[in-house]
Amino acid sequence: MPQTALILLIPLLPLLGFLILGLFSRRISGPLSSGIATSFIALSAGLAILLAHGYFFEWGSDAAGFRQIRALDIPWLIFDRDLRIDMGALVDPISVMMLLVVSVVSLMVHVYSSSYLKGEARIPVYYAFLGLFTFSMMGLVLSANLFQIYIFWELVGVSSFLLIGYYYQKPSAVAAAKKAFIVTRFADLGFLIGILVLGYEARSLDFLTLIERLTAVDDPDFQALIAPSFLGCSAITWGLALVFMGGMGKSAMFPLHIWLPDAMEGPTPVSALIHAATMVVAGVFLLARLFPVYAIAAPDILNWITGIGVFSAMFAAIIATTQTDIKRVLAYSTMSQIGFMMFSLGVSGQGGEAGLGYMASQFHLFTHAFFKALLFLGAGSVIHAVHSNEMVDMGGLRKQLPVTHLTFLIACLAIAGIPPFSGFFSKEEILMAASQRSPWVFGAALFTSGLTAFYMFRLYFRIFWNRPAGEGHGHGEGGAAMVLPLTILAAATVLSGFIPFGHFVTSDLKPLETHLHPAFSIAPVMIAVLGILLAARFHKNASDRAERFAASLRGLYTAAKHRFYIDEVYLFITRRILFNGIGRPAAWFDRQVVDGLINGAGTATLALSHKIRGLQSGKVQQYALIFLVAVILLALAAISRWT
Amino acid sequence: MMEPGLYHMLFIGAALFFIGIYGFLTRRNLITILMSFELILNSVCLNFIAFNRYVWTDKMDGLFFTVFIIAIAAAEAAVAIAIIIHLYRSHGSIDVNSAENLKH
Repeated sequence: MPQTALILLIPLLPLLGFLILGLFSRRISGPLSSGIATSFIALSAGLAILLAHGYFFEWGSDAAGFRQIRALDIPWLIFDRDLRIDMGALVDPISVMMLLVVSVVSLMVHVYSSSYLKGEARIPVYYAFLGLFTFSMMGLVLSANLFQIYIFWELVGVSSFLLIGYYYQKPSAVAAAKKAFIVTRFADLGFLIGILVLGYEARSLDFLTLIERLTAVDDPDFQALIAPSFLGCSAITWGLALVFMGGMGKSAMFPLHIWLPDAMEGPTPVSALIHAATMVVAGVFLLARLFPVYAIAAPDILNWITGIGVFSAMFAAIIATTQTDIKRVLAYSTMSQIGFMMFSLGVSGQGGEAGLGYMASQFHLFTHAFFKALLFLGAGSVIHAVHSNEMVDMGGLRKQLPVTHLTFLIACLAIAGIPPFSGFFSKEEILMAASQRSPWVFGAALFTSGLTAFYMFRLYFRIFWNRPAGEGHGHGEGGAAMVLPLTILAAATVLSGFIPFGHFVTSDLKPLETHLHPAFSIAPVMIAVLGILLAARFHKNASDRAERFAASLRGLYTAAKHRFYIDEVYLFITRRILFNGIGRPAAWFDRQVVDGLINGAGTATLALSHKIRGLQSGKVQQYALIFLVAVILLALAAISRWT
Repeated sequence: MMEPGLYHMLFIGAALFFIGIYGFLTRRNLITILMSFELILNSVCLNFIAFNRYVWTDKMDGLFFTVFIIAIAAAEAAVAIAIIIHLYRSHGSIDVNSAENLKH
């Protein structure tokens, strides 16, 4: 079918770009490499739009809703009849939606980078890594089985590692890259075990087969499948919890979130692409991919997901109100928004009206990708102009950066949930889903969205209003290559909310009618406006109101400013407990016992050879004497033996 | 005057043998060492002859061995002298210690 070629080309074009730039990185100039990479990704984005249009409006659906199409199925590793790993491409609403998001945001970031990184060293390498990332992310969303998604999962981790460490001369960037890699690797250990457990229980790794077998409620074996078997939970529950642990690591959920703020050491466009719009939502995507299994076979895990999501959202929002590095504020805001997506999935059920949360989380993922990428690119534009990440070096920039100012304002309004911007619509659905499930979750979500409005507008006012920090920076906006992506993303931010998302992406692939309830919307919007007004009062003009308020909170403010000491807790656990308790004894055993055996054998041989080296003197007569003595001894022995 | 018997012969053989060993181990001149070696061979020959003459008079094995040993000793002496001459050419000496570096 012709669509197969189309679908395959979308991820393979960035891969081709990666190969070309990676192989010839030393021979290609910076501008040429950006041209090559951008044209490949532009082609890929065009095809993704074509695919999305074709899938959603032409050939993707039939009477029963959208079809899940296996566009490609290559047998790869066949161990026996059940255990086989194939390479495939699974086309369904969420993968098409993600392809669209990844390719479009990636295109924007490619265009933006050509101006943002002008004059840097290693630009071809940068574009090669971006291409690798884009390919891996697209492969991840298209994966047809758990093993394949795991491969791409690690590939995006590696490209994220490479791009965070792009400024490899900076020790902080190197440390951040290692931290991101190790923390997510640790989470991926859980993911791997989860894959094995699920694969064992379902006797298949293929998504469609696995979901079908693990959600067969009518099957007599199903009750045995979900019966408690290990520590009070069924094996499936354990498997799903472990898979979720992998998602927590990638999506920076508490307590595995510590790598995300540090990952901001990478170039800002990279943060926009990887650490805001695409890779960090991989956890949400994974959950959505396996959602029927979660909802039917292990609903109790969903409660945990809700709890972790709500807690992460609120926790990150509180920290975001106190940070002074603008990228860190955005990083915590990302974590908070992903928390929204997570608990939205957690409160959802499978199918029909109950699946509102699922739809809302995917909708929020979609709109968030655009406005958060816009926020990061805007922040990049600001950083480009003032050469600093710190709020104190900014202020009063609205005249100097008019386009950035306007687009940033739009994104802030969107994330705060002010109509008619996209964030309003998606957050509205999330709050609606939460209110149907539990008043506690709803209350916490409402409070967090107020906080969101507050910290985003704190950021906005501190950058663009307040007291100008320095005179005559001289830098304006970075030319068309930086302004154009901002404008396009701003347009997407304004318009994407009007998409009737429920018609396209739902938990049971059937259209879901969603209605706006103006009466319901009043409370969230009022709270958001309240947050904005509060931020304006504190931060619009230079004053010490914010400091006085912070001082009145005392311990809470200090704790939040220090990110609730989570990093310190981790350091304590790793340095004090793991290093001293496990690392040191292991090192001692290695040095003393393992090395000791090897060295001991060497030393003994050496000592012995020192002792006997005198035998080989080169003096013929000494040899003869030894020979003689030996013969005499042998003769004596022979005589005493045979007589 | 007593007729010499087997024990006399064996005594002389043993004496020759140990004189040879002594010379072999203590001399430094290769020619002297070669001569000592010939003494050892001769003591062995004497033993063969003596046993053949006094113990197994009806057999010829001892004589044959002796003839062989004399022949081999001649060949061996030729080879040894050739080696000594080469050693002298390359080292300028026929002191046995000068051949020490051959161990490498």
